[in-house]
Amino acid sequence: MQPHPLKRLWDFIKEPLDGWLMLFLGLIYVLSLFVLFSADNQEWGRLTAKFGYTVLGLVVLWSLAYLRPQLVMNFAPPIYVTGLLLLIGVALFGVVVNGSRRWLELGITRIQPSEIMKIAIPMMLAWFFQKYELSLSWRHYLVAGLMIVVPGALVLKQPDLGTATLIMAAGFFVMFFAGLSWKLIIGGLVTFLGSLPVIWNFMHDYQKKRILTLIDPMQDPLGAGYHIIQSMIAIGSGGPWGKGWLNGTQTHLDYIPERTTDFIFAVYSEEFGLVGNVILVILYLLVISRGMMITARAPTLYGRLMAGAITLTFFVYAFVNMGMVSGILPVVGVPLPLVSYGGTATLSILVGQGMLMGIANQRK
Amino acid sequence: MPRPTRLKNTRSDDEQFELRLIVAYGFMILMFIVLVGRFVYLQVMQHDHYMTLAQNNRISLVPTLPNRGLIVDRNGVVLAQNYSAYTLEVTPSKTGGLDSTVEALGKLVDITPRDMKRFKKFLSESRNFEPVPLKMKLTEEEAARVAANGWRFPGVEVKARLFRDYPFKEMTSHVLGYIGRINQKDQDRLDDEGKTANYRGTDYIGKTGLEAVYEDDLHGTSGFEEVETDAGGHAIRTLRRTPPINGNTLKLALDIRLQEVADKLFGQRRGALVAIDPQTGGVLAFLSKPGFDPSLFIDGIDSATWKTLNEDWQKPMVNRALRGVYPPGSTFKPFMAMAALETGTIGYNDVRAAPAFFTLPGSSHQFRDSNKHGNGSANLARAIQVSSDTFFYKLAWDMGIDKIHPVLSQFGLGSRTGIDLDGEATGVLPSKEWKEKRFAKYKPEVRRWYPADVVSIGIGQGFNAYTPLQMANAVAIMANDGNVFKPHLVQEVVDAKSGKERRIETQPTRQLPFKETNFEYIKHAMETVLKPGGTAARIGVGLQYTMAGKTGTAQVVAIKQGAKYNSAAISEQQRDHSWFVAFAPVEQPKIAVAVIVENAGWGAAAAAPIARALTDFYMLGKVPADLVGQLTTVKTGTADPNAAARAQAERAAAEQETPDATPSP
Repeated sequence: MQPHPLKRLWDFIKEPLDGWLMLFLGLIYVLSLFVLFSADNQEWGRLTAKFGYTVLGLVVLWSLAYLRPQLVMNFAPPIYVTGLLLLIGVALFGVVVNGSRRWLELGITRIQPSEIMKIAIPMMLAWFFQKYELSLSWRHYLVAGLMIVVPGALVLKQPDLGTATLIMAAGFFVMFFAGLSWKLIIGGLVTFLGSLPVIWNFMHDYQKKRILTLIDPMQDPLGAGYHIIQSMIAIGSGGPWGKGWLNGTQTHLDYIPERTTDFIFAVYSEEFGLVGNVILVILYLLVISRGMMITARAPTLYGRLMAGAITLTFFVYAFVNMGMVSGILPVVGVPLPLVSYGGTATLSILVGQGMLMGIANQRK
Repeated sequence: MPRPTRLKNTRSDDEQFELRLIVAYGFMILMFIVLVGRFVYLQVMQHDHYMTLAQNNRISLVPTLPNRGLIVDRNGVVLAQNYSAYTLEVTPSKTGGLDSTVEALGKLVDITPRDMKRFKKFLSESRNFEPVPLKMKLTEEEAARVAANGWRFPGVEVKARLFRDYPFKEMTSHVLGYIGRINQKDQDRLDDEGKTANYRGTDYIGKTGLEAVYEDDLHGTSGFEEVETDAGGHAIRTLRRTPPINGNTLKLALDIRLQEVADKLFGQRRGALVAIDPQTGGVLAFLSKPGFDPSLFIDGIDSATWKTLNEDWQKPMVNRALRGVYPPGSTFKPFMAMAALETGTIGYNDVRAAPAFFTLPGSSHQFRDSNKHGNGSANLARAIQVSSDTFFYKLAWDMGIDKIHPVLSQFGLGSRTGIDLDGEATGVLPSKEWKEKRFAKYKPEVRRWYPADVVSIGIGQGFNAYTPLQMANAVAIMANDGNVFKPHLVQEVVDAKSGKERRIETQPTRQLPFKETNFEYIKHAMETVLKPGGTAARIGVGLQYTMAGKTGTAQVVAIKQGAKYNSAAISEQQRDHSWFVAFAPVEQPKIAVAVIVENAGWGAAAAAPIARALTDFYMLGKVPADLVGQLTTVKTGTADPNAAARAQAERAAAEQETPDATPSP
């Protein structure tokens, strides 16, 4: 007996998606709608827009989950090369906004090529390692390192310390899972810590200021430290149980900067308290755990590397954002996955999750 | 065979991969635990602290203002200082009704129409929730009266504020400038420069003069207090405070005694005087007459007063020393002489005719000499001493503008000196390129350089136009044999916190590539100007040190646009300007000075006696007899009426002397 056509459509849609991931992401998304409504002063404008780009994001997610990773994988080199060329384009003809050259003017619209690299770098490296899987030698790690460092340096020069760190971290995760020697990792870490004073000298004043105000926000309470202090007040005053939805005074008295985007966690934290924070952290942990499971079960090297990198990157976003808003990490422009308002940020998360689901389907 | 460096571990790949997965997973869980730990710290352990901070207005950060830096003269005499006074301030959004509040306040304190006008102006410039001053400088009694009735007026406060005071008022107005309330334009600039945070709570900013140029030094760094406040916004106690760092003190090269003597010597006359120490480039006196009372601007000037000041035919707001451009007249001749010597146009002892008039080849037009009989014949030195026009007409004609311009530009003529004041005028050192550019919009006949153009330039007329500052600077360069300094009013900046002094550059910026003997020759010729036979011989009588100088007369250009027609003034305004440049002592110059007295007639008449009396005071401490008892900065004995009368008579007599250079039209 033929099932009902709607049932068949439902099965077709549901088929490539990963149930657990969809559930956890869905829960986070529902929470985010409540927070955004409060953060946006109970207006519908941003909420409606968020629906719009989420629908687009879900279509992309579904397509990537539906496609076989072996197929998607082949797009890695062209995407990577395009991204790299665009980054060079930015360095040469980029538009300067707020003192950094991040945007490329394309007549009708502006694009930020460093966003493409967030996904292009791990893809390219995973593709590369898969291609030479059987003959991996130290040369391949060197080439992989260069493929990370070149775009990383270009983004760092813009200057955009936050994004540069994120894209280089994503590339590093691939190398880590591909079996980069522990000695090298630890040696690199030691060298990095040792070279911090040198890096300090090369930093821009605004970057130095961010780090100094992180160490002691009270150094500049009316200037650069203001954001951190106000968001810490919001979180701290939320207490164990929170002030209740729509009751955050810090939020509604306009004390929290960027409260729908980078600092949205302060809004959530003030209104839902420690309990809310723990729930959100657990939800993120569940997404990550499911990601780790998919990674462990992935049948191909590309699948493992990509799934691992996507999951770790997702973690980095969540951790860095909550860390900066609560004052233990410097303020770098990293959005809270799925919660922060913003189309590009949401899209890049959903692209990653779509690929992850595609990899999960491989074992079937 | 050496083992290859292994970047990849060779253990079973799967086992290796699983281990890494566990490490990564463990790391992430650990990090999340750290994060939750942070949340527990903020939301449980520190909850009370942050709750307090969040409670509406319980704790507020209040900026504490630094005291603005002082400005003192080279001997430490205070030229700009702060004093505390009460102001009555109204926050419009907090009052029940603004008009009724102001009306009721009018019964407690005397609010003048001027206060009212200023208040309205401030209101239009500020936002609703900002306190706006209604009346400045309340008397103790008024302050007490308002404070006692305070409960009746929400949004009204009596605040102790620091005010700026310039004890020498008009005398230093064109040097110090003034501060004024921060307006939208200032605010935008502070935003652009990222200084907004440091200006929170600050109402005033330097607007002109040294107050503006050295704003960053004078302002200092704001401190802040974490203040616990009650529901009404009143401070209960201070929890934490970071003290402000006061502004740095500016120590000027200027000597206020010299400035006052110069000011008094000018009396009611208009003009400018700049005295420079040729050894350092420090500006010893910098006067533009008339000045204005800077305190009018600090409290905010009302439009009627502003209009009066701006439309005054004497132009008190124009800094003549810095921005006034005048033809230099014959004071230009020593510099022309340098051009002639350096280009080899004439030798030291070449004697040439100095007749009553000069005609160009093939022309009947006569360029007449100021001495209608002419001066017979002269060498270059004597031509300077007697200020022969025909001699210099010929010299200029022989050289042509292309030879003159490069030499004279070395003296800084026609370019900014770089003094530490804003808005310096460039002046005009004519050249073919300059004329082409200046008259670019005109027909080619106007733009073209005519050979005859150079003739009147030779005696400092024609297109020539320089500021008194440029002339003083050029004379200082001549006096010290071509060592060029950047003139500066501020000698050192004294750090308020450490007391360390930061000296303003006193090294020469360059050395002119001219022959030393040429400097000696011209300086000697300038010395003879004050000797018998020279145009300023009378000024040189009784000199106790050596002095060199040059007289000059500047033709007056038509009355400037926008000036009010004033029938009493018009005849006076058509008189020539009197110039004198000088330095002393000749061997080791300590002071170089340029004086211009507007519409005071010719040459040595008005300007030279001022320069002589000034150098007498600077070199010998001799106060002009008629100023005895009138100076506030110098202690003098009792006035001797006879000596005073004599001194005045002497200067008056000087004004009757024969003109040195009345240029032909």
